[in-house]
Amino acid sequence: MDMNATLGMSTYAGIAGRLPPGDIVASLALDWPGFSLAADLRLPGAGVTALFGPSGSGKTTCLRAIAGLEANCRGRVAIGAEVWQDSAARVFVPVHKRPLGMVFQDARLFPHMSVRANIDYGCKRVPAAERRVNLAEVVELLGIGHLLDRKPARLSGGEKQRVAIARALMTSPRVLLLDEPLAALDEARKAEVLPYLVRLRDEMALPMIYVSHAMHEVAQLADHLVLLERGRVLASGPIGAITARADLALAQTEEGGVVVTTRLGLRDDGYGLSRLDFASGAVWVARIERDVGAAVRIQIAARDVSLALDPPSRSSIQNVLPATVVARTDDERGRSLVQLDVGGVRLLSRITRRSAEQLAIAPGLAVHAQVKGVAVLG
Amino acid sequence: MNETVAPLIGAAEWSAIRLTLELATLTTALLLLIGTPIAWWLARTRSWLKAPIAAAVSLPIVLPPTVLGFYLLLLMGPQGAVGQAMRSLGLGTLPFTFRGLVIASVVYSLPFVVQPLQAAFQGIGDGPTEAAATLRASPLDRFFSVVIPLAGPGFLAATVLGFAHAVGEFGIVLMVGGNIPDKTRVLSVLIYNEVEALDYERAHVLAGGMVGFSFAVLLLMTLLGQRGSWMTPGATARG
Repeated sequence: MDMNATLGMSTYAGIAGRLPPGDIVASLALDWPGFSLAADLRLPGAGVTALFGPSGSGKTTCLRAIAGLEANCRGRVAIGAEVWQDSAARVFVPVHKRPLGMVFQDARLFPHMSVRANIDYGCKRVPAAERRVNLAEVVELLGIGHLLDRKPARLSGGEKQRVAIARALMTSPRVLLLDEPLAALDEARKAEVLPYLVRLRDEMALPMIYVSHAMHEVAQLADHLVLLERGRVLASGPIGAITARADLALAQTEEGGVVVTTRLGLRDDGYGLSRLDFASGAVWVARIERDVGAAVRIQIAARDVSLALDPPSRSSIQNVLPATVVARTDDERGRSLVQLDVGGVRLLSRITRRSAEQLAIAPGLAVHAQVKGVAVLG
Repeated sequence: MNETVAPLIGAAEWSAIRLTLELATLTTALLLLIGTPIAWWLARTRSWLKAPIAAAVSLPIVLPPTVLGFYLLLLMGPQGAVGQAMRSLGLGTLPFTFRGLVIASVVYSLPFVVQPLQAAFQGIGDGPTEAAATLRASPLDRFFSVVIPLAGPGFLAATVLGFAHAVGEFGIVLMVGGNIPDKTRVLSVLIYNEVEALDYERAHVLAGGMVGFSFAVLLLMTLLGQRGSWMTPGATARG
């Protein structure tokens, strides 16, 4: 069955494109024994927003509260002009009347129904006039055409999640809520499902809120990042800005690094290299099989960026970017985290405190950032 | 020497069999109707009333049927609250009638229906209903489209246990229904009569028939339960 040929990719007109854009505003308060939530979230009405934090940080609770699944949560939830909850005005729209799609960590397919019946379940409960999503497109997008007549018990974990995503999409939601959809899967299954999520983001103009505690998923998917800890919002903003903040624990981790959105500028097929352009800089990476001009997301880990005062003239390192030091944070373990400005884009560099002192790294200093490694995401 | 003796299963026996099946069928239908909401409430509520109500529903398991029958008889009698209400509504009396027997039977068998249903509902957990809610299903819609199919084994167990229990009860029948041929004389009472009359041959036919019937019912339930194992509560994985 060749759906690509009959449908064509251009038919993904997107869902949100036909709706008024609206930010998602959620002021949430909840008190449980041993846990309290007090979060003010303002999430963009487009793209992927990640709610990120360790377990117990309240990220899943936030998501469930937005969906209306936490009956004891007080506060206000609105998407655009549509108010879903306003405790002060005693407004609480029940879950089944909120036009949202939800994907749970454990898929929660109905075991007594076939895959097809699972997918139809939500769709047939939405008035025909409000259905904007085409079954064939969703089935093709998630690659589940061959699974439709199976029972959920005969699906792998990754297949279950893809069906669960399709089922949620078929309700023509205004926002898609994903609660750690990959957390229950092994590494191979994660790698199987993640590209479908990337496709979903790129081909359906549907705002998504993605709960995760895995940074590499977030780095690949998210446009906007909200950091949560013990029921409070630590930081919220575009992923590039949040991952470049030296004051957050995120940057202190071994893998911590800045996510940068670039464009494929040039392909040097002779050397098997591609040049990725961003702001006023560019980095060379191993060849990327995509068209020039395509958006490419990269992550530059702080440990992979070293600093030099003079331009290194005879070095094997290809990627040297002129930069200005914005800030330096020393930790008690003899390390310094240096925030850099490269033509408007922020990068982080982790060096030893001795190096930082010998080079007299301080705000305003002009340096050369040598990038030893670039992770191309997705 | 027994050419003139009536057949082992005669008019009295057939009447008792018919009456027993009518009583058990009607009781089971009413039990499912009443027991399902009670079991659902017990499975979901966090109210302090849960424990006392669960205990009250389970009382027939521990009480001798004569105790239950005694109080039901008082309640339904001319001086009892139910009896007086019935009379003021012009509905006739309940004790020693088939209707009274059905009511007593429902009360007596309630825990055998409520408990398997409650266990099935608890086994399903919140996962499937939450998912259904995010798929636009209203609470009643969720109950019929997700909960009832997933609780299938629980309903099967409840139906079989309720029916079998209604077929087999004796004490409460004697207390509330008496021993009236064609009205309240069910199989268990007839067997008692026959044993009292030392007519062991007839008692054997009916008692043996009930052993066979009960065994067949339980066997069928076990086999159906195995076949339906895809929908046991444990299969709806959570977390």
